[in-house]
Amino acid sequence: MISLELVHTLMGLLFAGIAVVNARDAASPRRWGNAAFWGIYAASFLAGSHLSDLANGVLVFALVGVASTRRMGASRSDDDPREVREARARRWGNRLFVPALTIPAVTLLGAPVLKRATVGGAPLVDPKQVTLVALGTAIVVALVVGIGMLRPPPSAPMREARRLMDSVGWAAALPQLLAALGAVFAAAGIGQIVSTLAARWLPLGTPFAAVATYAVGMALFTIVMGNAFAAFPVMTAGIGLPLVVHRFGGDVTVMAAIGMLSGFCGTLMTPMAANFNIVPIALLELPDQNAVIKAQLPTALFLLAANIGLMYFFVYS
Amino acid sequence: MLPLLGILVVVLGFALRVNPLLVVACAAMTTGIASGRGPLAVVALLGKAFADSRSVAIVWLALPVIGLLEREGLKERARDIVSRIQAATAGRVLLAYLALRQLTAALGLMSLGGHAQMVRPLVAPMAEAAAEARHGELSEDTRERIRAHAAAVDNIGVFFGEDVFIAIGSILLIRGFLDQNGIHVEPGALALWAIPTAVAAFLIHGARLLLLDRRLRAAARVPNGDEEAAR
Repeated sequence: MISLELVHTLMGLLFAGIAVVNARDAASPRRWGNAAFWGIYAASFLAGSHLSDLANGVLVFALVGVASTRRMGASRSDDDPREVREARARRWGNRLFVPALTIPAVTLLGAPVLKRATVGGAPLVDPKQVTLVALGTAIVVALVVGIGMLRPPPSAPMREARRLMDSVGWAAALPQLLAALGAVFAAAGIGQIVSTLAARWLPLGTPFAAVATYAVGMALFTIVMGNAFAAFPVMTAGIGLPLVVHRFGGDVTVMAAIGMLSGFCGTLMTPMAANFNIVPIALLELPDQNAVIKAQLPTALFLLAANIGLMYFFVYS
Repeated sequence: MLPLLGILVVVLGFALRVNPLLVVACAAMTTGIASGRGPLAVVALLGKAFADSRSVAIVWLALPVIGLLEREGLKERARDIVSRIQAATAGRVLLAYLALRQLTAALGLMSLGGHAQMVRPLVAPMAEAAAEARHGELSEDTRERIRAHAAAVDNIGVFFGEDVFIAIGSILLIRGFLDQNGIHVEPGALALWAIPTAVAAFLIHGARLLLLDRRLRAAARVPNGDEEAAR
């Protein structure tokens, strides 16, 4: 059965390749910092399933150590000049979109196919991970299509990946580390503590106050945890079910649906949701670490207010 | 109470601009130790969770393809197409992408977007090109503002579209949690009640994108392109 291990291996090979390109670049002042970071990250992907938990933890701290030395950074730009790229763009025309759109197309078509595929009666792909395996497969297909169509020098994909990954830098590992922090928070019972505190100190005496506290609590707790999925069970068990539903007779479906979306408003406002708010900063080469959050903040606040209004209007009717 | 110290570490660390990886690792150690575990047990807990979350990083796997296409001129091609559309403005390009992203996510097609696959190579260059075609050379500030908005549109579109689809993770999570509490809800009903917020999100953010166009026009009228002075 194909599991996520295949995707992990592909990613490990990518990071190992980036480490090698960096290590061989004698002209780069960031040569060894970059090579060490991507090398350790590659080890975590390739060996992570076979190492002990403690060894995986040591790899995490090694990554953090390298990132903290400030010896990492974008490699000197060996981009082809804009005129060269414009000439190539004219040559290829709209065919350039084919490999780019191959990724979503193959993911969408591949997921249902992989879900049904069986080998000797057993499912070919672990059913819980079909989408991720389909995405990984789609990227490989797109790469093959791109190489076949454009016939670049063999080293080009890895050199280009290295250029992009070095400009992203240590931020590449941040979403994953924040997910791990969420697991540590959960194991330490942070959710219970917060909902106990909220129930004790917040004014919850009226139907409107209960709705507003639940929705704002979802947003605030999501800001802290970086993830509405972590906030939902805590706030719903602590405030939603006992007050909105049981005490004031609200409708559980309306409350849960709009409550989760109130949490998403929090996701728009927090650097803890790094894959949504920090990763694009790196990918789009923005100097302001909070640029995406600033662009989202007014929408998030207006929408949170709208959610409170919608929930109050519909949950008790 | 003590495990909450980890949250304090995060807030302080981010405020003092310490390397975020270091901040997060310290926060995990603080909370783990404060909850009565030994330091090595916390390192192991963090290591296991980190290894279990490896698929979070799958977005990077697309970079060899995206980088290759950028080398061959993908961004330039995307710009070229948009600058030929007379009615295109940065705000309208982003509004169209917002509608597309919300609708496709509502149909379960979440993989039709993403910062690495769509925003960097296509959406951001298209929005910048539309603004350039209208207002000429853009200041660095304006360029960065448009790019940040391109990333924001991708997030807002998928967040407030996907819950209208019944088989998405958050709907399954809501259902699973309520089941544990002895309450049964229909996924279809949950998805239905995501629609009012989806409409509100489109109206609110759509209006802001059209306001973005007004700001870009105002900024372009100031000779040195200084946006602060145009407010």
